[in-house]
Amino acid sequence: MGRFIVRRLLYMLIVIVAVSMITFGLMRAIPGGPFDKDKPVSKEVLENLNKRYHLDDPLWKQYGSYMYEVMIPHFSTQSSAATLDNDYLIDFNIGSLQFQWMNFGPTYSSRSRTVNDIFRQQLPISAQLGVMALIVALVVGMPLGILAALKQNTIWDYLGMSISIVGVSVPVIVLGPLLIWIFGVSLKWLPPTGWGTRPPYFLGFIPYNLGWSFFRSAIMPSVALGLGSSAVIARLTRASLLQTVREDYIRTARAKGLRERMVIMRHALKNSLIPVVTIIGPLFAALVTGTFVTEIVFGIPGMGKYFVTSITNRDYPVIMGTILLYAVVLVLANLLVDITYAYLDPRIRYD
Amino acid sequence: MPNKLLSVQGLETHFQTREGTVHAVNGVSFSLDEGETVGLVGESGCGKSVTMLSMLRLIPSPPGKIVNGSAVFRGQDLLKMTDDEIRTVRGSQISMIFQDPMTSFNPVLTIERQVAEPLEIHLGMSKEQARDRVVELLELVNIPKAKERLNDYPHQFSGGMRQRVMIAMALACNPQILVADEPTTALDVTIQAQIVELIKRLRDELGMSIVWITHDLGIVAGLAQRVIVMYGGYFIEEASVKELYANPLHPYTMGLLGSLPRLDLDEKKRLTSIDGLPPVLMEKPGYCPFAPRCKFAVERCWNENPQLSEIAAEHRVACWVDPRTGRAR
Repeated sequence: MGRFIVRRLLYMLIVIVAVSMITFGLMRAIPGGPFDKDKPVSKEVLENLNKRYHLDDPLWKQYGSYMYEVMIPHFSTQSSAATLDNDYLIDFNIGSLQFQWMNFGPTYSSRSRTVNDIFRQQLPISAQLGVMALIVALVVGMPLGILAALKQNTIWDYLGMSISIVGVSVPVIVLGPLLIWIFGVSLKWLPPTGWGTRPPYFLGFIPYNLGWSFFRSAIMPSVALGLGSSAVIARLTRASLLQTVREDYIRTARAKGLRERMVIMRHALKNSLIPVVTIIGPLFAALVTGTFVTEIVFGIPGMGKYFVTSITNRDYPVIMGTILLYAVVLVLANLLVDITYAYLDPRIRYD
Repeated sequence: MPNKLLSVQGLETHFQTREGTVHAVNGVSFSLDEGETVGLVGESGCGKSVTMLSMLRLIPSPPGKIVNGSAVFRGQDLLKMTDDEIRTVRGSQISMIFQDPMTSFNPVLTIERQVAEPLEIHLGMSKEQARDRVVELLELVNIPKAKERLNDYPHQFSGGMRQRVMIAMALACNPQILVADEPTTALDVTIQAQIVELIKRLRDELGMSIVWITHDLGIVAGLAQRVIVMYGGYFIEEASVKELYANPLHPYTMGLLGSLPRLDLDEKKRLTSIDGLPPVLMEKPGYCPFAPRCKFAVERCWNENPQLSEIAAEHRVACWVDPRTGRAR
């Protein structure tokens, strides 16, 4: 298993290089540039700006120095303070040596921030929201799917699957304002907007005030974001469980005289989880790296908006940084999924 | 005369499908004595497995439904028991082994877990007690190094070994009846012989009754005392093994025996096949289900479905024609 994980992490490097090349190529192929504004800046100013951000270098050099800054760790003997051009995500001292790694560069749209600032301040909030939405999706989706499968073709099945159709069909942009109107404005139970925690975070993203003051503002967005996914998970769980209960070994379990509940809990459930786990990987990556609409609707200062606005703004370092982050999270989530497979199914061994 | 351990009367099972009702089992009756081995023989889809699964109420329902009949086991009707009551019978007094040991084991649980389950639920054993008993059982079915294999998963066993574990699991609570649903069909021939020998030995040691479902008349010959031949959801012939092989009275049974190679005959004979296809069970025919494939069929066969009736001592057959003479009875 250890070798498998190492091998997959090495594959991740290849993925990162491939994703970065495609992203870099595509984003530079779009017409327009980061400093095209409604009121055009003068030629000299534009030249100076391009010079400042090395945009007048040949493309291969820009790509090369970007990847060098992002991927290759630096060691220096003199400690230097972080500047806009010199802000490393991983930056610590070993004795007198300073170890620096992952400089994603400055942002173009806001003059005083780096991409790493976004990762430090906005990403944790999106991750908090994403993890909670995933929990909502699993806690609602899996029992609903199990119930529907066990009571197949009864009112419970139809009810559960109807709810899940509604869950898939109603987008956050409708559900979000609806929740705000009911629970935020009319009943005044929950704050209609905002996010209930701020840095610093434990382990980089877990809030220290993990209590009501945090959850009261997190409940509505998590539900709004997670409900659509819970519907997907419910349908998948149902289909998978229905298939599993027709397997021969379920008949064997019944022939042994097991109670129906034990047959399901002990023999059917673990086998039926594999397809569900498969979808959790990409779902996790999608939820955790920020969701534009949910964050806009609930006024959450997460990463979602940078995904979208960076492209319209031609904010090259932010585009590269967010896409690479998504790629890394996706690869890691899928690695986690594969490790979970091995735990669920002893026939899967990776060595 | 030995006591009747099990008596099934008029068992009838239907499956509701989109295309209509499938009459899988049409009012079959049989009984089983203590210590007796009965072979239930027939081609695929003739209803032999469904008969035994219906008796234990293991058919998926819906679409399956037991329409009629009774199955009296030790004075109690299995078909009228509550779900809780029949659970105490399944796997403890009547247990089953299945055809494909690959798919009949749960792939994600260790064999210790799976073999111990009946011990824990029926005999109330603790995990430690059950583990000792599992080792005993695995040794009983000749699994080498049984103790070291407890934490192995089914896929780590070969097909024959897996079927041995399946047998150990079925015998865990010393059942009075073992229903063997084609336990050797998925195995290759040498392993088949080993498994048959193993079950014979265990039967003699433990003194249980066996219902052996198979399509292979050859296996039954050396194992069973009595054979029931099934066709299209009906029992069509029932006799002691010797009588059936020496003196088959149903054209279908004759066809089955004609398709078997014989080593005991000096004269060389061509193997024969039965023309035609097995019946579709969508409707209960008003005629003999075998008539369309039968070379002896007379007019009566097309008008009336023959009932199983005693022709000779301990020999019952459902046929209007005496195939030895080719004339109607």
